[in-house]
Amino acid sequence: MSEDHQLRVSKIRNGTVIDHVNGGQALNVLAILGIDGSEGEELSVGMNVPSDRLARKDIVKVEGRELSQDEVDVLSLIAPDATINIVREYEVVEKHRVERPDVVEAVLSCPNPGCITTEGEPVTSRFEVLEDGVRCSYCGTIVRESIASMIDT
Amino acid sequence: MRHDHLITSKQLSRSDVETVLDRAAEIDADPVAVADRHAGTLLGLLFFEPSTRTKMSFETAMKRLGGDVVDMGAVESSSVTKGETLADTVRVIEGYADALVLRHPKQGSATMASEFVDVPLLNAGDGAGHHPTQTLLDLYTIRKNAGLDDLTIGIMGDLKYGRTVHSLAYALTNFDARQHFISPESLQLPREVVYDLHQAGNGSGVREHESLEDVLPSLDVLYVTRIQRERFPDESEYQKVAGEYQIDLETLERASDDLTVMHPLPRVDEIAPEIDDTEYAAYFEQAHNGVPVRMALLDLFLSANGGGADE
Repeated sequence: MSEDHQLRVSKIRNGTVIDHVNGGQALNVLAILGIDGSEGEELSVGMNVPSDRLARKDIVKVEGRELSQDEVDVLSLIAPDATINIVREYEVVEKHRVERPDVVEAVLSCPNPGCITTEGEPVTSRFEVLEDGVRCSYCGTIVRESIASMIDT
Repeated sequence: MRHDHLITSKQLSRSDVETVLDRAAEIDADPVAVADRHAGTLLGLLFFEPSTRTKMSFETAMKRLGGDVVDMGAVESSSVTKGETLADTVRVIEGYADALVLRHPKQGSATMASEFVDVPLLNAGDGAGHHPTQTLLDLYTIRKNAGLDDLTIGIMGDLKYGRTVHSLAYALTNFDARQHFISPESLQLPREVVYDLHQAGNGSGVREHESLEDVLPSLDVLYVTRIQRERFPDESEYQKVAGEYQIDLETLERASDDLTVMHPLPRVDEIAPEIDDTEYAAYFEQAHNGVPVRMALLDLFLSANGGGADE
């Protein structure tokens, strides 16, 4: 982490640091994780900070919560280069990358107005993850672009 | 065949299709032999959209197997108008019937409904999605008239919204058929369907055209579908496009003498009535085949689930 970076986003004691998020996607990352600050979570968010790997990147720090691999893998849809750091007592004790899951549930809403999942039925949205997009398990619609706009908030 | 429900033709292997078609042929040859096979069985009909052929042929099929139907009736007179969800409706009617047939305007409705019931659920059309029982009667008709091996088929008309087309195209990948898709550019196959056909390893067998002319002489089967007025912004645009996808005897002068012409019906003016009495026409036979094929399907699903079991 650069000196410049530390000035912008402070270190956390225990929790999760999601680094190397594509610039501008930090709020979508929080939306996918269902974190909006209303539960009193301590959050630090840096957006469009300089990065060696990504020119501009976002960084999200969540104090007091260790996110599981299942929770973070869904981030691969909008932040495929993200790295996950689990921090305990200011030290990074685990570091891993996000992996594309086979299926994502209850995260995205189907953009097809003709899909049964848009009808107020008691059904959880489910998307199969393809190499280059996602596909609704109910109506079969394939979405390759603007996946962030489908995040169910 | 081992399936709890029939939702899409994508779930059917070649062996599954042949099991249904073989059973339909047996029933077609001797319907009296199965007249009491499912006595006492009740089929629940849930049609959230208008239907003539599909609904009546399911009703006929169940009754010819010795069973009966319970019909939700028109949506306007059901609890749906009170805001009941589809999930609740199917869970209630599951308690009245041994199997359910569902037609619904929303894509994915049959998939979702099947997650809420234990009795077999057969998809009779979900929006622009799938219509697998129509596909099986289409395949039965093709097998009888042209054979399913080494088949060259042209599928023409509204390929974008036509669920019978999507289901048939998936099913034909089991038979390595050469498929020609003929439509105006605005009504081409959805990219999702093309993706699936490529995934099924049949990408090289899928060809899209805007005109029937070039491919007609090579076809064993021409499957015509209706182009609907409401898909076009104005009447003149519709007339211009639709006119190019209508066939008459003059059109068929360049076709093989053995060509089989099919249509899921209802037709408007896509096929001139002068073709009806020729050897080409198989569309009324196709509609009649709905009964033995749906009898076969009901027999297979009900037998697998404990009804009329002597297999």
